Amino acid sequence: MIWTLALPELALAVSGLIILAAGVIPKQDTFFPVSMACVGALLLAAVLVLGQGEGTALGGHYVADAFSNFMKVLAIGAAAVGILLSLDFNEKEGLARFEFPVLMLFATLGMMVMISANDLLALYLGLELLSLPLYVIAAFNRDSSRSAEAGLKYFVLGALASGLLLYGSSLVYGFAGTTNFDRLGEAFAEPHGISAGVIVGIVFVITGLAFKVSAVPFHMWTPDVYEGAPTPVTAFFASAPKVAAIALLARVLLGPFGDLVAQWQQVILLVSIGSMILGAFAAIGQRNLKRLMAYSSIGHVGYALMGLAVGSDIGLRGLLIYMAIYVFMNLGTFAVLVAMRRQGRAVEGVDDLAGLGRTDPVMAMWMAVFMFSMAGIPPLAGFFGKLYVFLAAVQGGFWTLAVVGVLTSVISAYYYLRIVKVMYFDAPIGSLDRAPASLTVVMAGTGLFTLLFALWPAPMLAAAQAAATALLG
Amino acid sequence: MNAAGFPLLSLITFLPLAGAAIIMSVRGDEAVVARNARWTALWTSLIVFLLSLILWARFDQSSAAFQFVEKVSWLPEFGVGYHMGVDGISVLFVLLSTALTPICILASWEAIETRVREYMVAFLILETMMVGMFAALDFIVFYVFFEAVLIPMFLIIGVWGGARRVYAAFKFFLYTLLGSVLMLLAILYLWYNAGTTDIPQLFEYQVPRAAQTWIFFAFLASFAVKVPMWPVHTWLPDAHVEAPTAGSVILAGVLLKMGAYGFLRFTLPLLPEASAAFAPLIFVLSVVAVVYTSLVALAQEDMKKLIAYSSVAHMGIVTIGIFTFNQQGLAGALFTMLAHGVVSGALFLCVGVLYDRVHSREIQRYGGVAAIMPSYGLVFLFFTMASVGLPGLANFVGEFLVIVGAWRVNPWVAFGAALGMILGAAYMLYLYRRVSFGKVTREDLRALLDLRPREYAVFAPLILLTLWMGVYPQSFLSFFEASVANLVARHEAALGAARLAGIQ
Repeated sequence: MIWTLALPELALAVSGLIILAAGVIPKQDTFFPVSMACVGALLLAAVLVLGQGEGTALGGHYVADAFSNFMKVLAIGAAAVGILLSLDFNEKEGLARFEFPVLMLFATLGMMVMISANDLLALYLGLELLSLPLYVIAAFNRDSSRSAEAGLKYFVLGALASGLLLYGSSLVYGFAGTTNFDRLGEAFAEPHGISAGVIVGIVFVITGLAFKVSAVPFHMWTPDVYEGAPTPVTAFFASAPKVAAIALLARVLLGPFGDLVAQWQQVILLVSIGSMILGAFAAIGQRNLKRLMAYSSIGHVGYALMGLAVGSDIGLRGLLIYMAIYVFMNLGTFAVLVAMRRQGRAVEGVDDLAGLGRTDPVMAMWMAVFMFSMAGIPPLAGFFGKLYVFLAAVQGGFWTLAVVGVLTSVISAYYYLRIVKVMYFDAPIGSLDRAPASLTVVMAGTGLFTLLFALWPAPMLAAAQAAATALLG
Repeated sequence: MNAAGFPLLSLITFLPLAGAAIIMSVRGDEAVVARNARWTALWTSLIVFLLSLILWARFDQSSAAFQFVEKVSWLPEFGVGYHMGVDGISVLFVLLSTALTPICILASWEAIETRVREYMVAFLILETMMVGMFAALDFIVFYVFFEAVLIPMFLIIGVWGGARRVYAAFKFFLYTLLGSVLMLLAILYLWYNAGTTDIPQLFEYQVPRAAQTWIFFAFLASFAVKVPMWPVHTWLPDAHVEAPTAGSVILAGVLLKMGAYGFLRFTLPLLPEASAAFAPLIFVLSVVAVVYTSLVALAQEDMKKLIAYSSVAHMGIVTIGIFTFNQQGLAGALFTMLAHGVVSGALFLCVGVLYDRVHSREIQRYGGVAAIMPSYGLVFLFFTMASVGLPGLANFVGEFLVIVGAWRVNPWVAFGAALGMILGAAYMLYLYRRVSFGKVTREDLRALLDLRPREYAVFAPLILLTLWMGVYPQSFLSFFEASVANLVARHEAALGAARLAGIQ
């Protein structure tokens, strides 16, 4: 058994346990050093991922290829930034307990297992390892009823989704006789291998994963959980787990179920169109930035799934590029949201940004960059993300999808513009507190990426292409 | 042409961004920053203008090929590259953009008092996007610049605009975005089928006849909004009225040309059969635009709104000229675009002069201004006459050529265009009479000061240009003769080939 292939996961798990033990022993507050240690462990895992070989291990449960590398690096990066975002916020909100970064670390480990899953059981294992820490950190602000409500809601609906996924897996196992992805692929390659039970099973698996990526019609928990959870947690929810769940969805559907494309394509198509439309319209009326970002994330998942619905390697490449760009601009936006404080109190209304263009021009500029990018206006990165998924849709001849996509992107431009309007056109109502250094660094880093992506798109395109080729062969 | 391999076009395109970076890096109290921003912006735009004069001097007028070409691979495996170059159709628009920007900056010298730094930065970014759009020879690069224009313009209207600025800014942005995204899908279709977005290479690609219709309407959705053509022109009066003076100048002078330029650069060469098939539709829309908006202009109470509607009418003449597909019509359309850029820009500046002093754009508010401000009265009269199409001034040449070209296609279209000229004389002269002549009814107007040196400096180059274009149009026409002839020849060849295929 070649277990060394799974070295990144093993290293992360071991360092997570060591950090947990080290955090308990000292009497004084260890939040900051533990956070730094977790970021360090994540970086170590990322380095190991980059140097990882290819192949399957652990009895065929675990697979490493260019696709898993791409998604893992993305998820690890997002998680590390998520920890950075929480540093200052948690101190000020009295949430500075050392368990917080450790939980995020284990959630990341779950994501890595998910991304590398090559078996329905490994998939479920990774998903649960991801979900359990997320339930806890959603309710991390235990004195706040909103946070507790968010955690509970997330737990109840998440457990339901896990149940559906497990049920779907068992159906697939029952009808195909195996849980291994390679074996499943072989079974479905033969025409008589496909039965109604398998198809029902696939639909359940898609349902379970659609919950995790908060795609319509399984999005209902998103606005409430995003609003109730502490802002850095929301930032984390909206980026890293989405990457992992989307990666898993792509791997499952294009890998073992790749020959059943005709069966699941319609489902993904509808989910994608529904998400884009809901994301565009439901966010218009929102006054709370976190709720607005929740609906915005639903819309973005719709665009990303457009690439999956096409089912080609160009579509998959579009999906990967979209997710990568989305993670950057989303983390940047949340860095601004986390930094929003007035006289020490966190604020999260759209109107609280009023006049930011005058009171804090730098932060307002980054926020405007993120908003225009999310709206898909060139030359910002978000435009290129949309460009590649639309290209895939046009190439596949999915004109309905493409037209719905561009029209909803115009509609959603309205609410992104409204934020720019509030920042630049409205009169200031008192200034926000100065953003701490950790947040300005995140803003500047993600902002520069968003702004300058157009100059050197080739490396990321090449990486995404390699990842897509690895998955589709 | 680009013997030394010197990236002149890129320098012209991106130098304003360097100016913007300098402005943003200045620290200090507000007065220092504002003063610095104004001077830096002015110098940057002047240097850019001087550099663009090299284009004027070194451009080979006898060739229809793209010149000053630069090519850098950007996404090689996708057939997308950073490809810049100008031909006879685009070179003068680059110059128009670089010439109007310093004038706009000078015109905003005192009119803009708040957040001067951001204003100048937005204007310099806008210049980059405009020039880049006219110089782009790759469809994706073109689209990037074409759309990116929206960001600075949205901010200029929304931050420094009038009372209903938020409404106008949103309407402007969403209207144009909606049109553009449909064009994006058409671009993606071309990209996928032709395997490249390089414009000269795309010219070689023959779009299937069935697809041409769809692509034509996708392009039309984008360009018609930008031109703007009736009935999608309604964003323009709002945007013009609410934008600050310099914003209106750029909007009328350059941004409206982007739509017409799109027709010339893409619709005509790429979709010859669909263009020919739907030319009657364009003629109908254009004639309606010319007559209807001229009548609407007659009824306006707001000076800026009146000139905005006159812009729609003038652009109607331009679209007529483009879809005649003959030498006169196309040359006339191009000339009208340039002339309109100078003259309507100047007219907005004229309104701006009064607005700066009285803070009202209502026509009723004025009367007898010529008696109080004689020099201003003369300047305003000069540009009114130019807009009316007085022979010897800029607009006449272009409109005359368009009518000649249209006559060869269909006399009724020519009649519609000519009707527009007559109505144009009516509303412009009516405007001029109400503002400048008659008794001074408002006592506070008596205290108005005549033009200041800075304002003379703003108007002088525009007056010179208007005269030059009217008296010696050949120095401009010669730039696009070869390119237009090439365009016409290619269009006829494509139609001929299609007809042959139909016979077989």
